[in-house]
Amino acid sequence: MLRLLSFTVFLASWWIAALYAGSTKLPTPPAVLEVALAEARSGALFVNLGVTLARVVLAFTLAMTLGVAIGYLMGRVRWANRLGDPWLILLLNLPALVVIVLAYIWAGLTEVAAIAAIAINKLPATVVTLREGTRALDASLDEMAQVFAIPRRHAFRHVVLPQLLPYIAAASRSGLSLVWKIVLVAELLGRPNGVGFEIGVAFQLFDVPRLLAYSLTFAAVVLVIETTMLQPFETKLTRWRPRAA
Amino acid sequence: MRLDVDILGKAFEGASGKRHEVLSEMHFSLAAGEVAVLFGPSGCGKSTLLRIIAGLDPDFEGTVSRPADLRIGMVFQEPRLLPWRTVEDNVRLVTPPIDDTRLSALFAALDLSEHRHHFPGELSLGLARRVALARALAVEPDLLILDEPLASLDDALAGRMRDEIAGFAAQVSRITILVSHDLDDAVRLGDRLIFLSERPARILRVVPIATPREARSETEIARIKAEIARPINDWPQRA
Repeated sequence: MLRLLSFTVFLASWWIAALYAGSTKLPTPPAVLEVALAEARSGALFVNLGVTLARVVLAFTLAMTLGVAIGYLMGRVRWANRLGDPWLILLLNLPALVVIVLAYIWAGLTEVAAIAAIAINKLPATVVTLREGTRALDASLDEMAQVFAIPRRHAFRHVVLPQLLPYIAAASRSGLSLVWKIVLVAELLGRPNGVGFEIGVAFQLFDVPRLLAYSLTFAAVVLVIETTMLQPFETKLTRWRPRAA
Repeated sequence: MRLDVDILGKAFEGASGKRHEVLSEMHFSLAAGEVAVLFGPSGCGKSTLLRIIAGLDPDFEGTVSRPADLRIGMVFQEPRLLPWRTVEDNVRLVTPPIDDTRLSALFAALDLSEHRHHFPGELSLGLARRVALARALAVEPDLLILDEPLASLDDALAGRMRDEIAGFAAQVSRITILVSHDLDDAVRLGDRLIFLSERPARILRVVPIATPREARSETEIARIKAEIARPINDWPQRA
């Protein structure tokens, strides 16, 4: 109910602002909807959204897998941390644009370059989060696993992993929002399709309705994925915590 | 099955870089079927000794020799349960597949049946400690190590857990080591009481109790306690 209200307020203020600003700068909601529907009918909207989503999924999975593994290693092994730390600081502070441009220069305007660039942008934050999580592992539970001679794979799955899951969830959360942002930049700069490409074209043609149609459908997709997939996942993870009354 | 403890010394390096001697020289051996009770002042290094025996702390001088494939069950001072697993899963995780009747019997004996599907966060400390004991017993260990298993439990409950431990220890081929602050528990459970000094801990004396555990009557227990208590008072005070 509250959500519906806030959405209505958003639409209303958009409409009012559109009336003041004039349709070239800010078209009214129906005008944007019309463009979105036209794009949907031609199929272009779904193709572009699909392509962008595929890139997000690939880059996100790649970055999470590598990031969790590297972060765990750096948290557990001292020399790995020493070795990796300077690179981590470098990557953390490197602007996304630099990574994307360099990836396109070195690997060409290819799909691999785009996905790698997005993944590299997300990687360091995941590593840092997981390293923190690994350092916070409860040594007393490790000792318990050792005394009872729980096989390593078992111990990792039942003793270590549950302690890391909140950190993995946090890394997914912040990482996904980062990927949503960066994927569009990567597409704008070097891909012939996707939401980012369409927004780039719309920008060059000063086609504001089209720009908004793509931006908003994309935002809607993000919202749906966050609420239907990520949030239930987090709730399931913390099922064992005694709930506050 | 035999456990030989030959410790020459153990020291910690404190945060300030200062060395703290925790254990001094101590030697003892335990044979299968024996229950040893470590008895000593708080903070004297009993838990450190248990950790060394359990193989958790390789950083000491001396040797502890035990069979290579020894199965250990341990109750730590804190329960150390996995908060994200239910009581039952906590027990099952550490054991090779355990059949349901045996597990149910164990839970029933420790009055845990109704808590099987609870998470540790929903249990009181006393309950959690019982789960920890159930876990240690469920693995049918060759060596059972208990760090103050009966502390902070009411008398009736402590009695029941004591019976459970005694029942376990009665089976030959097992060695039980437990730390206790309570002379009564020690005399009721132990075959051998090992008295430790203050830090750095050394063995002050070893009191074997010849009467088998199940044959110890209340008067017998009182007599042994009185006998032990007398020389304690006569020990020279540390200057």
